[in-house]
Amino acid sequence: MLTLEFVPYHEIANLSSIGRIRKLLNIAKQNKIVLLEGRLKKEEEIELIKTTMEEINEDFKGIELAVIYPTKNDSGIFTKMKTNFVDMIAGNRLGLTIIGPASIVKAIKKDPTKIQLYTQELKKKARKKK
Amino acid sequence: MIAFISSFISRVMNTLFKGRKNIKLGLYGPPNGGKTTLANRIAKDWLGEEMGTVSAIPHETREIKIKEQVTIKSGKKELTFNLVDTPGIATKIDYEDFIKHGLSERESKKRAKEATKGVIDAIKWLDNVDAVIVVLDGTKDPFSQVNLTIIGNLAARNTPVLIVCNKVDLKKVKIKKVESAFPQYPVVGISAKFGTRIDEFYEALFTVFR
Repeated sequence: MLTLEFVPYHEIANLSSIGRIRKLLNIAKQNKIVLLEGRLKKEEEIELIKTTMEEINEDFKGIELAVIYPTKNDSGIFTKMKTNFVDMIAGNRLGLTIIGPASIVKAIKKDPTKIQLYTQELKKKARKKK
Repeated sequence: MIAFISSFISRVMNTLFKGRKNIKLGLYGPPNGGKTTLANRIAKDWLGEEMGTVSAIPHETREIKIKEQVTIKSGKKELTFNLVDTPGIATKIDYEDFIKHGLSERESKKRAKEATKGVIDAIKWLDNVDAVIVVLDGTKDPFSQVNLTIIGNLAARNTPVLIVCNKVDLKKVKIKKVESAFPQYPVVGISAKFGTRIDEFYEALFTVFR
């Protein structure tokens, strides 16, 4: 069974970078897929990867990570201006971040307009547990 | 637009590197993109010796390797740097994947442990490099989050970047897709393994990092 946990941005807004990473990683380590409203800062994203690597063991294999964000590269100058303006007002609240434990999420494929989440085949693991 | 970006990067580089002797040029990217193959190509072309071993098994490079004082030349142009080959950055490492590649369980667990440390070291080294060549496997999706996170962090640090779309010898490579994923950076398509368009790559180094 897949469990998704939605984390509204206000739940991480006042946390330190370490606090944000800890909170999101702890949820993923409970074998839940995190749906975070908005996104982490770029330096927090790389720190999340670093912290994940520090915690990898035989039970926790890491994460799959994807950030969907209205890109500034597409469309014309007015779209860019609009995105910049919304950025200024909303900060990192825009977009959606998906963090899935690698034991459950096999891959997240995306292009700028859509996202596809592929889950692991759990039969083998379920059989082992019996 | 491309000319403007190229000129802008060059100006930044001139300011940054003026008078500096030990420029550290990092090779970054996801595992199996061809970083070490490219490092070997550069080291072999200009120093006559290779830098590291390559393998089809991911995470062959698990520690930072540095080749000092590499000087590349083209006519009167000359560029000297310390070449830093880094382990591939990944968000997950499963020792069972190495078993599937034929390694024993013990070897696989050891490799996985070393690989996680390698990723951590590569991330720490982002603070030490002066310029970066991001090496991407041109047959893979350029929009992967690892690519976006690496390049986003380099942009946040104002680190000059050249993107290499590697493995152009393979039909599946879509260089246009890489270019559209990172329009703010110059992209050069090469085959590090066979040396295809390697001269274009060296010229791009002069343009971007001079």
